[in-house]
Amino acid sequence: MNYDPIAIFAEWLRELLTSWNLSDDFATVILKLIGAVVVAGLALGIFILQTWLERKVAGRMQDRFGPNRVGPFGLLQPIADALKMVTKEDTTPESADKVSYNIAPVMAVFAVLMIWGVVPYSSTWVGTDLDVGVLYIGAVGSFGVLAVLMAGWSSNNKYALLGAFRGVAQLISYEVPLLLSLVIPVFLARSMNLNEIIGKQGDVGWFIVFAPLAFVIFFISNLAEIGRTPFDLLEAESEIVAGYHVEYSGMKFGLFQAGEFAHSFASAALISILFFGGWQPAASPWLGAVVFFAKTTFFYFVIMWIRLTLPRIRIDHMMAMNWKFIVPLNIILLMTVPLLDYFVKDLGATRMYAHFGLNMVLLIGAIVVAGRAIKKSEPDRVRFPERAVAVPPKEETEEVAA
Amino acid sequence: MLDNWMFIGLLVIVAVALPTLPIVVARILAPRKPNAQKMETYECGMETVGETWVQFKMQYYVYALVFLVFDVEIIFLYPWAVSFDQMPLLGVIAGVLFIFLLGDGLVYAWRKGALEWK
Repeated sequence: MNYDPIAIFAEWLRELLTSWNLSDDFATVILKLIGAVVVAGLALGIFILQTWLERKVAGRMQDRFGPNRVGPFGLLQPIADALKMVTKEDTTPESADKVSYNIAPVMAVFAVLMIWGVVPYSSTWVGTDLDVGVLYIGAVGSFGVLAVLMAGWSSNNKYALLGAFRGVAQLISYEVPLLLSLVIPVFLARSMNLNEIIGKQGDVGWFIVFAPLAFVIFFISNLAEIGRTPFDLLEAESEIVAGYHVEYSGMKFGLFQAGEFAHSFASAALISILFFGGWQPAASPWLGAVVFFAKTTFFYFVIMWIRLTLPRIRIDHMMAMNWKFIVPLNIILLMTVPLLDYFVKDLGATRMYAHFGLNMVLLIGAIVVAGRAIKKSEPDRVRFPERAVAVPPKEETEEVAA
Repeated sequence: MLDNWMFIGLLVIVAVALPTLPIVVARILAPRKPNAQKMETYECGMETVGETWVQFKMQYYVYALVFLVFDVEIIFLYPWAVSFDQMPLLGVIAGVLFIFLLGDGLVYAWRKGALEWK
């Protein structure tokens, strides 16, 4: 029943390779290499679709059509864009630091492609089933920061440097709640293996019910890590031209774009894996992949929706929200969840309700406390002076009538 | 197990090669007509004034320090979370105490004014 075309194909290929008198180890290397190319190629293939989807959704949300000239529904637009990118002249400023200027765009894409190496598409379709999957994601995700810093610094340009500094401050700040909230699903599943985390969610229920607060924190810090509109301080075009990639043109700029798009899809994938059961409840490999991509596309849509709805937040607000609200809340969550779980871990459904209740109490409590604190301090709210307001003239009709 | 890491190693090569490929293709296909004006730093369209590579704001450094403390300590939480089922109550309390000290460090940084954006 569990028909697995990829396993059958891999078996066939291995037999073919060994029949050519190649050693079994060499066949393994070839198969893994094909796997790596497929995983990375898939992520870039999705990016090409994403550019179309993003522009189409953005168009619809802003009451426009979006791309609709090239091909049916504008579906060939990404190909036209790619051709344009490749054939555009690519300038490198004389004064730039050539080495890191050229490495940075590659690094931006590299960081995202590495994440896809451990993402399970379905129960058996996975790049590689690492036992330290979550830790690995945290590790390779940090390369993105390096790309931003290298690009901004090497451009030898004040706005790019400013953008890079802001970007690094934002990315490393939000990496703290990102990693802290990742501990919660790991803790609930007692495993860092992504497929085991999904399997556990099949047994006890999706972790969104166990840890709604951790989900909220993870989602917000992911938005910040992507660097899209509510958090796009690193490329705020109305303040610092285009941030860290002002000097880039042609394909190198395209790679930064690819990195951002692929990162948002990878984030959506992680959200659906860690909190929404990944390929659950479908056990069969290909059906699981369909379910997984459906969930991921939904969360990608939510990310786009937020991007197109919210304005950019101010840098001091952004930092204060992270360090004075999200991180302390996350630390309290991490202190209370294990203590609670120690006493309720064998109680089945009660465990779920207990976790849900604790999360909700913390979430509501934190919002109330933060709301009061903001109201009390209000150091930087602009108080508009009282001023004359135009009042409509008094109605005289009544007097006339009298 | 080693097979898994071999895959990661191969993925590193592929993940570097795939984004390099379009750059190389662009180098072959794209026109290249550099001139002095074009190779200048663009910045915002005006001519650049003064040095760029200067030290200009301490605040970023302070945030980086706070981040470093957290990032190093969070790593220790993962093995603790994984092995939770084999742990006696004392182990749980020790872990919670560890997280409490982490929060304590944040409070210290906060009181010292390291988290104020000036």
